[in-house]
Amino acid sequence: MRAAIIVFPGINRERDMAIALAQSFGRAPRMVWHRDSDLDGLDLVVIPGGFSYGDYLRCGAMAAQSPVMQAVRAHAARGGYVLGVCNGFQILTEAGMLPGALLRNAGLRFVSRDCHLRVERADTAFTAHYQRGAVFRAPTAHGDGNYFADAATLDRLEGEGLVALRYAPPTGNPNGSVRDIAGILSPNLRVLGLMPHPEDLVDPLLGGADGRPLFDSLAATLAA
Amino acid sequence: MKAVVTVMLKPGVLDPQGRAIGQALQHLGFAGVGEVRAGKVIELDLAETDPARARSQAEEMARKLLANTVIEGFRVDIA
Repeated sequence: MRAAIIVFPGINRERDMAIALAQSFGRAPRMVWHRDSDLDGLDLVVIPGGFSYGDYLRCGAMAAQSPVMQAVRAHAARGGYVLGVCNGFQILTEAGMLPGALLRNAGLRFVSRDCHLRVERADTAFTAHYQRGAVFRAPTAHGDGNYFADAATLDRLEGEGLVALRYAPPTGNPNGSVRDIAGILSPNLRVLGLMPHPEDLVDPLLGGADGRPLFDSLAATLAA
Repeated sequence: MKAVVTVMLKPGVLDPQGRAIGQALQHLGFAGVGEVRAGKVIELDLAETDPARARSQAEEMARKLLANTVIEGFRVDIA
């Protein structure tokens, strides 16, 4: 399986993501600069966290218009897998690849602490190594993670089973996201966007490995 | 000519920044301030000389980039 991480100016979580992918995939991902447009032959494209283009205009708005995003769209249209974490999730919504938007945290503060996520479905390439209903811990670090979509969009997402992850007790909803939504899927279940950082909890040395099953799930799916 | 694009969160979309500004105004002793909403103003210097065409260009820019129409509305003023 071949994975790549898209690197925009201002992105700062790409190395954490590379470590998590290399650990589960057994080979290092390709790093793709935002001006490149060659994503041929890839199984998985990851848009990592950070502050692309300094969050100018809106988080992810500039990155969504950059040349490489045309290639990411084409990759998704071919049925390729896409994972967007934190700023990557914001970029996917700004690019129109996932519905809704990420607003300023309801409490106005930047949230930097662990949260808990409930797995809403375990029959996807991203979640197969979790149990449905399981709660796992994931570090969170964002100022604009308040998921918003209109009621019709939310009803469609829930009706079609496209909510992958929700904030759960004991830490609960850290940012005011509507219906506690932390991560959503595309209709073909191959694009996942989420605010928390499972890639930062993939080794006991980091304080836990709660995030590792997500990457092991992808490795198993893509190897099959 | 100049186009001024005003971008505001749509009614019903929570604006915690506006709310915080409102609370700060109360702390400063300004009584009688109701809801406060914060947005952004973007000035565009356009080569276009026809006001109608300038407006439609600015509106297209707003739809494609300047506003996220999932959460924001916009107004274009031509000067």
